[in-house]
Amino acid sequence: MMELLFQGTLPMLVLAAGTVVLMLQIAFWRNYRLSLAITAATFLSALLALISVSHYIPMNVTAILVVDKYSVFFSALIILSALVTLVVSASYLQTRVGENEEFFLLLILSTLGALVLVHSAHLASFLLGLELMGVALYALIAYPERGDLPLEAAIKYLVLSGAASAVLLFGFALLYAAVGTLSFEEIGLQLKINGEGLIVMAGTAMILVGAGFKLSLVPFHMWTPDVYQGAPAPVTGFLASVSKAAVFAALLRFYLSAGLSDFASLTLALSVLAMFSMIVGNLLALRQLNIKRLLAYSSIAHMGYLLISLILSKSELALEAAAFYLAAYMITTLAAFTLIGLISCSGSTERDHIDDIKGLFWRSPVLAGMFTLALLSLAGIPLTAGFIGKVYIFSAGVEQSAWPLLWALIIGSAISIYYYVRLIFVMTLRDIDGVIEGSPVTLSFGNASLVVVLSGSIIYLGIFPQTFIRFLGSLL
Amino acid sequence: MSMIALIGILLGGGLLCCLAERIDKNLPRIIALLVIFIDLLFLLYLISGIPAGQFELIPDASNANSWLMHYKQDWIPRFGISLELALDGLSLILLLLTLVLGIVAVLSSWQEIQFKTGFFQANILWTLAGVLGVFMALDLMLFFLFWEVMLVPMYLLIAIWGHEGKAYASMKFFIFTQVSGLLMLFAILLLVFLNSQATGVLSFSYFDLLNNPIGDPWSTWLMLGFFIAFVVKLPGFPVHTWLPDAHTQAPTAGSVILAGILLKTGAYGLLRFTIPLFPEAAQNFAPVAMCLGAAGIVYGALLAYAQTDFKRLVAYSSVSHMGFVLLGIFAWNELALQGAVMQMVAHGLSTAALFMIAGSLQHRLHTRDMTKMGGLWFNMPRMGACAMFFAIASLGLPGLGNFVAEFLVLLGLFQVSPWLTVIAASALITGAIYSLLLIQRAFQGEPVEGRQLADYDLREMSTMGLMMLGLIWLGLYPQPVLDLAQPVLASLLKLVSVSPSILVGVSP
Repeated sequence: MMELLFQGTLPMLVLAAGTVVLMLQIAFWRNYRLSLAITAATFLSALLALISVSHYIPMNVTAILVVDKYSVFFSALIILSALVTLVVSASYLQTRVGENEEFFLLLILSTLGALVLVHSAHLASFLLGLELMGVALYALIAYPERGDLPLEAAIKYLVLSGAASAVLLFGFALLYAAVGTLSFEEIGLQLKINGEGLIVMAGTAMILVGAGFKLSLVPFHMWTPDVYQGAPAPVTGFLASVSKAAVFAALLRFYLSAGLSDFASLTLALSVLAMFSMIVGNLLALRQLNIKRLLAYSSIAHMGYLLISLILSKSELALEAAAFYLAAYMITTLAAFTLIGLISCSGSTERDHIDDIKGLFWRSPVLAGMFTLALLSLAGIPLTAGFIGKVYIFSAGVEQSAWPLLWALIIGSAISIYYYVRLIFVMTLRDIDGVIEGSPVTLSFGNASLVVVLSGSIIYLGIFPQTFIRFLGSLL
Repeated sequence: MSMIALIGILLGGGLLCCLAERIDKNLPRIIALLVIFIDLLFLLYLISGIPAGQFELIPDASNANSWLMHYKQDWIPRFGISLELALDGLSLILLLLTLVLGIVAVLSSWQEIQFKTGFFQANILWTLAGVLGVFMALDLMLFFLFWEVMLVPMYLLIAIWGHEGKAYASMKFFIFTQVSGLLMLFAILLLVFLNSQATGVLSFSYFDLLNNPIGDPWSTWLMLGFFIAFVVKLPGFPVHTWLPDAHTQAPTAGSVILAGILLKTGAYGLLRFTIPLFPEAAQNFAPVAMCLGAAGIVYGALLAYAQTDFKRLVAYSSVSHMGFVLLGIFAWNELALQGAVMQMVAHGLSTAALFMIAGSLQHRLHTRDMTKMGGLWFNMPRMGACAMFFAIASLGLPGLGNFVAEFLVLLGLFQVSPWLTVIAASALITGAIYSLLLIQRAFQGEPVEGRQLADYDLREMSTMGLMMLGLIWLGLYPQPVLDLAQPVLASLLKLVSVSPSILVGVSP
């Protein structure tokens, strides 16, 4: 029995062990390259451990964690994203003087928190994962101290995230007061028997507010642009992909296990949040001149799209849609922030203004190509992963006749075309348009292969989605 | 498989162009020309393998095997999406037009484009690949995919190699097409899911969706989703406003492809999808659509008259001419449909040629403003003669292709709606006015003193000659095109029988 428990949590144990080893290494012999190698090895062995775990699923590890295909899938996504973040931040930190080794320590810790989140079957582990991930992120955001913005972002995230956690916790407490349990499954059973009472409603509403904050849904989105802009690009990528995906996965599991989709008022509230996020997010992105802020608003809109699949999660199609969309969104977002990370590597400031990518097509076709693909995928143009994801959500919506949500999706997508295409246009500007061509961007072998892998996956998922879809079908 | 190869050759050729640029700046042009030429030969080779009798058979629109060519393979079975391509007479005409104008486009960019020639030619080839796909795809999702695939490289052509106002024009082009495309995507998905709920078959195949049991009010909304997307592309009044901007700012090759080929995808979509998929809804809507067509004819001609920009004038004349296509399609009888198909081909050739002339003028004079021209015939007699020919073709002189087309449309339309025919026929007069005005302002009058301009050389004259021959052939002996299209149109007409409602709707 003990052995099985050990097997089930192996990926998380590997990550925990990795932090210990890294800490010891830093204590005895500071070495940037060695720390990098240990971190990479930790992530890779966690991936291997995931493969071995897949033989034992599904299983419950104590009352608070559950290991099943769902958790394995999201864990794999998260660890892969963490690896991408690692590669980008390795170049990003190279030029920074001072101690950089602890950055990787924080990265592993945050990833561990995300893993706990996707495994959670209990409100306690939900909170544990959320805080582990969040606390490490505060430090990551402020880590490279390029000017005041990172500090401001970190403080902002710390304070607001703390407030959101408090609301979340209060929601847990109310729910516990009503049903007397914290386990997702048992909450579901109790709710089925007792139905919805005032306290239950208040509790779930507060939980949604807390989670809505983490997912940056309108009107809980205020922190997003500032934090995205202030954080160093690799961390922003991590925040936008891993932390959003982990929270969404945990929320989805909670929503499903607790049978919350039966509550009409809750569904209505979520629908309103989703529609506001889609429309407001896209509208606010229109006039942004800072790429990170633009992507922040666009991510608000994308969380709105994703929320459609959560609202409709009664059907299998919507679940598949959620998983596919999330995977596509993570890859695409990582690709976008990888670009900013790689062009900001040299120099002391972030190159995240729209002017910084002027004429990028002629300076670095590979990077510009990747960013173009990422933008097209975010805009939902065919032959990219984002298109299939959008078709999935569309189909789920049509299947359940969720017309208002679909109209918001269409209007939101229509608005979004403008700002995505504008970024592409800026990259194509040439000398006769008065652009002074900067020096060509050179990429190391590792970074170039990362760029190729990311662009390749966006296209692969867009052209040959069937393999992945079949895999998702077996998953859910 | 061979039809996929047809598209694949162009896609691969595009990559090759990108790579070839590193060796030599001129190499991509030669490669692009060769690739399109090989593609054309390959298409002719494929057709030559089809028994002659097959071309005369009326294809059964619900049986794929009666088409000239058909290919189907699973692609994303989760959604019932397959790689389904098919070819009939109508697609064949348009494929040939596409490849011929593709060659013209490459030739027209020979000297104009000096910046990143490889990427430029690659975008041309990719646009052509998308268009070929649009004309052959019979899986609705695949069709939508190609619909979008032709959009992105076309956008890049305008955005990178366009003229002074390219930022606005390219963005407008992208947004118009993309937003209407979203509506079409919505309509496609809705159609497929409603159909699967009714019949239990989840499939995006054209053949499965024909005779779908969807009734009002859904069918009207779905039909509108398709209609809007296609009419934006056509372009029909009042959603044509992207076209003058895009045309004016695009490089010559871009204008040639845009006017010659891309506009035809809208007409093709109406003919192939909108009406056959939703016969009743489309026919109830026909009076509105025909009025839009007539409005486009008049409005386009009026605005063309008011332009001083050479390219804008030609662009507005396109709006006017494509109004005939819209009228012909929604009149939905054999004569009118024949006319519409004919108009697609003839307009493709004549407008492409006029845009080439506009491009060469801009290349030589660095302006498109006709008030700064005048007397150009004196400087460049050969170009003047070419311009005269195509202006006359475009105003519909008997003996040239455009006349046959417009005459057939008017004949067919008269049976449905005499009043609209009267309005549409006014284009024969207005067309003459703006076309001759174009010649008068640009080529006649006093030449500017001391202006030295290079007349058309052999390459340019041979391109022009090619298109002149095409138009004369279409005007004097249009039968081959009509024969090729006739069985397809007959099968479409059989599929959608004319309801008397449209006769009641607009007749006096």
